[in-house]
Amino acid sequence: MDFDLTSEQRLLKDSVARWAADTYASLDRVEASRSEPLGFSEAHWAELAELGLLGLPFSEADGGFGGGPVETMVVMEALGRALAPEPYLASVILGGAALRLAGDAAQRARLIPQLAGGSLRLAFAHGERQARYDLEDVATTARPEAGGYVLDGAKGVVLNADAAGLLVVSARTAGGRREGAGISLFLVPTDTPGLTLRPYPTQDGGRAADVILRGVRVPSEALLGPADGALPIIEQVIDGAIAAVAAEAVGLMEALQDLTVAYLKTRKQFGTAIGGFQALQHRAVDMLVALEQARSMELYATMMVEAEAEARGPALSAAKVQINRSARFVGQQAVQLHGGIGMTQEYLGAHQFRRLTMIEILFGDTAHHLRRVTRAGGLLGAA
Amino acid sequence: MDLRFTPEETAFRAEVRDFFRSEIPADIRAKVSEGRALAREDYVTSQRILNAKGWAVTQWPVAYGGQPWSPVQRYIFMEELMQAAVPLPLQFNCFMVGPVIAAFGTEAQKRRFLPRIANLDDWWCQGFSEPGAGSDLASLKTRAVREGDHYVVDGQKTWTTLGQYADWIFCLVRTDPAAKKQAGISFLLIDMKSPGVSVRPIITIDGRHEVNEVFLDAVRVPVENRVGEENKGWDYAKFLLANERTGIARIGLTKERLQRIKRLARETPMGAGTMWDDADFRARVAGVEIELKALEITQMRVVAAQATRDATKPDPASSILKIKGSELQQAATELLLELAGPNALPAGGADLLRNDPDAPFAWEDAAAPMYLNTRKVSIYGGSNEIQRNVIAKAILDL
Repeated sequence: MDFDLTSEQRLLKDSVARWAADTYASLDRVEASRSEPLGFSEAHWAELAELGLLGLPFSEADGGFGGGPVETMVVMEALGRALAPEPYLASVILGGAALRLAGDAAQRARLIPQLAGGSLRLAFAHGERQARYDLEDVATTARPEAGGYVLDGAKGVVLNADAAGLLVVSARTAGGRREGAGISLFLVPTDTPGLTLRPYPTQDGGRAADVILRGVRVPSEALLGPADGALPIIEQVIDGAIAAVAAEAVGLMEALQDLTVAYLKTRKQFGTAIGGFQALQHRAVDMLVALEQARSMELYATMMVEAEAEARGPALSAAKVQINRSARFVGQQAVQLHGGIGMTQEYLGAHQFRRLTMIEILFGDTAHHLRRVTRAGGLLGAA
Repeated sequence: MDLRFTPEETAFRAEVRDFFRSEIPADIRAKVSEGRALAREDYVTSQRILNAKGWAVTQWPVAYGGQPWSPVQRYIFMEELMQAAVPLPLQFNCFMVGPVIAAFGTEAQKRRFLPRIANLDDWWCQGFSEPGAGSDLASLKTRAVREGDHYVVDGQKTWTTLGQYADWIFCLVRTDPAAKKQAGISFLLIDMKSPGVSVRPIITIDGRHEVNEVFLDAVRVPVENRVGEENKGWDYAKFLLANERTGIARIGLTKERLQRIKRLARETPMGAGTMWDDADFRARVAGVEIELKALEITQMRVVAAQATRDATKPDPASSILKIKGSELQQAATELLLELAGPNALPAGGADLLRNDPDAPFAWEDAAAPMYLNTRKVSIYGGSNEIQRNVIAKAILDL
């Protein structure tokens, strides 16, 4: 057992933290990036490429930097702490994982260098409005035809699809809407005829889009991974995303906790700093306890994300339950302890709370993941 | 970073697990698991088996019988001990007075007491709390007045756990009434057979005799039974409390309880099936398991950090373990009570005060007493509110 980062991981952590601190020293800087057409700054994206972060999770043989779950955790924590609006989750974590896990040698060789260099971004177009969190619920179809497939359907709330050149789209090549088998993944350029994006801002200051597919023709080489057998890959991609947002949430909670404790020390009422009041001290302690429990499950998620599916699924769900509970508690209490200022758009903490609230919903809410752990019989074998 | 145990640690886990399960009598372990009261002899038998193996006082300095284990090994040892439902080596002997004597006692005290403490030849109890000194322990009033080579001790101690079995009591007493609170306190070892010592039972909320009041009426204590310097007792008490908080999360215990609840749920009828078919109940169990997993990792983080910090001072992070660990112990007993349902009502074989200890025992009999008794864990060892004060000050700097 070893909780220490290697010296290389520490260097990574320092360099991301330095970049984030320089780039997003204030809420104004975050807002300036968000106000760009795609919701982030292309210049910053290029800086992430220079830092090697965009190629981080890909193998060196494929043109990446060979980072594993710990490296991803380090980066996501730092981005969370800074409230960085870049589509790292959408492109590198979600789209990147689909490519990494399902791509053949030719697809990886063609795309990963572009991703690592920053010239190409991905988005993961899997979820559909009726599916909620059920990963096997796919109504979009892909009909085989000579030399390729024709895709029809609609994908809902595809994170940062408007910033992507290439979508990873799930579609049914066989089976009924809620069957596990029969789902396939396709690489679909966003400028393909028949593909329409309806982009919009999201509640946490980010961006997403609905993707409409009407008779979208793709060649056979667009198939990513096995035909009919993509569900296990999709599950792995989402579990990886859960580990990533767990780290982002811990970074956010840490920042929000620090902000709140600093406020308690400076805000004066009744002639004294409000941090002297025991009721507020105990609330701040309970936030810390929730944060530390979340941090432990962030580590658990990181450790389990590459395990076999049978162990990985319940573990990642357990992690998401804890992250969600902690995120809600820390977020709500931070606003409460700040009082009126915590309710305003001009305050950084309010934005952190909004992002934490959306993270709760992303990739499965508390009830969904508690059901998943429950169905697996819990985490402990019965004695 | 690697959260897995090494092959050596895994082998160590198997070794201690096998020992606990093969060497500690099954009937004693069953009593612990089922929440039945243990007889004095059960504690003694179990601890002597551990002591013969060199495992009763593993956390002591090696010179006095401790083991040169890593923090991770110590964690594994305690975890497996609790999961096997082995009675903890008597806390007052092994985790409290023993380490204090080993660290601050004279050579004569070490030779006289330590081997008997380890082997439970002497049963020790703790004389800290008083009716007027609970969370504010330093306000204790029991006086010790020096008369030649003796102290004469007058006062009252309370919440003295298992004091009815004790041969000795270690007490905090006030030796300098003029000094400020913490400054005038000394640490005395008092023979319970001394004239003037009397013990009165306190029957707790679960209907059991677990704690006592101890009255000290002009008790003469030889000066040689003072540990360390006069008026420095508070320092030794803080050292002792730091030891007490190690492992206070009782994760192995809660794990054992949850596993038992899951097993019993499969045998407990409900409707056409069992309680295990009830998705709501299972979800509540899973909810506790998730928090327990998080706490287990939190504890391992604290354990890993121990390697690089001063072990004589409490790690404020251990206050997090105390708060969350006690809440989860309580949550597990709430689930057990829920599982027992209406069958929890009969006092049955768990009621030792009113029933023959050999009366037939059903597991449901102990559900309510365990639930009620476990309310203590957020009160003792520094109440959870005191722990929050500690964290607010030491970690958050509020």
